[in-house]
Amino acid sequence: MLNVGKIEEGFVLDHIKAGKSLSIYHHLQLDKLDCTVAIIKNARSNKMCKKDILKVECDINTLNLDVLAFIDHNITVNVIKDGKIVDKKELVLPQEIRNVIKCRNPRCITSIEQELPHIFVLADEEKEIYRCKYCEEKASKSASAW
Amino acid sequence: MRHLMNPLDFTVEELDTLFDLAVDIETYPAKYAHACEGRKLATCFYEPSTRTRLSFEAAMLNLGGQVLGFSDAGSSSASKGESVSDTIRIISCYADICAMRHPKEGAPMVAAERSGIPVINAGDGGHQHPTQTLTDLLTIRALKGRLGSFTIGLCGDLKFGRTVHSLINALIRYPDIHFIFISPPELKVPDYITDMLHDKGITYEEVIRLEDSISQLDLLYMTRVQRERFFNEEDYVRLKDFYILNKEKMKLAKKDMLVLHPLPRVNEISVEVDDDPRAVYFKQAKYGVYVRMALILTLLQSAGQPCNLCQ
Repeated sequence: MLNVGKIEEGFVLDHIKAGKSLSIYHHLQLDKLDCTVAIIKNARSNKMCKKDILKVECDINTLNLDVLAFIDHNITVNVIKDGKIVDKKELVLPQEIRNVIKCRNPRCITSIEQELPHIFVLADEEKEIYRCKYCEEKASKSASAW
Repeated sequence: MRHLMNPLDFTVEELDTLFDLAVDIETYPAKYAHACEGRKLATCFYEPSTRTRLSFEAAMLNLGGQVLGFSDAGSSSASKGESVSDTIRIISCYADICAMRHPKEGAPMVAAERSGIPVINAGDGGHQHPTQTLTDLLTIRALKGRLGSFTIGLCGDLKFGRTVHSLINALIRYPDIHFIFISPPELKVPDYITDMLHDKGITYEEVIRLEDSISQLDLLYMTRVQRERFFNEEDYVRLKDFYILNKEKMKLAKKDMLVLHPLPRVNEISVEVDDDPRAVYFKQAKYGVYVRMALILTLLQSAGQPCNLCQ
């Protein structure tokens, strides 16, 4: 059994689909933050059999977790302060996601205009459909890596 | 300041006001002959177009304004690699309003985000062509006397045809419209449109043969199969002459059915249909100028540039 120490302040992202933690690490741009991150892969889970967990030690106001809801709204977000869980964040689909996924439409202006952000706008909350702000192409989560 | 990217940028009420203005322009052209004196329209056309560009230019000239621009990407700085964002910043220094056509979808929206002047989407790839939609709506309203309570058949390339997508989106805001989509299976209307119709409870049918449904129609909107939308020449050749509207088929139609077409047509409407009073596609081109005149006036006004009307 692997033991990872508790964190004083930050987030514990639990119930991540097994194998998806690295992709979330990149989506949250944790590589750009100067903080301690523990990536736990294939942890045992009663609910999911196997799951990933991410522990991020950081100021809780520095991390924008909106994009998590787009990736997988079943992830549990535990907010940690003074070593204790002070909140369980409910994930709400963001109205807009920026530079998380690329527009795959070869006819879209984002394919040629340099420096243009790839922005997807929530078009249908019920069906969780996002569309490219510019060409209205439907977002594809399966090939969503930036 | 407002732009026009999508026909839905205007509410139904705003469209009514715009169409009223277009009708007033048609009725009293002299009143508007100097309305844009001293103003310039930039036509930035990154892909070839005759009708739309000339329609915009005629609209501005009819309003007493002037026109500058380019008619293909090769004669613009795009050939040197300039971005749309940079081009529009420069154009904003030269002109008061801009009409942009671009092969890439969303390019006019990028321009609008960076622009200091109103931008009109004059067609972006297979995406939107809002001024064609405004033209279609004005033509229907003027010749049918109403927008709503009819069965409309859309025929031809319903997959890549941006005029079709824009028109459907605009028409669903009016009551009691039944759509009949007539296309080969390869050029069917995209799923997102049928899903949307389904969600909104709007009735539609999908058929392959024009002859089977033409008798039900109050309006028939024909489209061309566009070579430039195909990656594969073979597919284009196979599908381009799938539908040909001729006198025989017109005999099956209602006496007051109107035939619309965004033009240019190739073979999909036989020239023998042109003399039929129900064929209104050339009139449609005339309404296109009036609606663009009304749009230029409206957008200039939104940018704090009121126009000089003769009493």
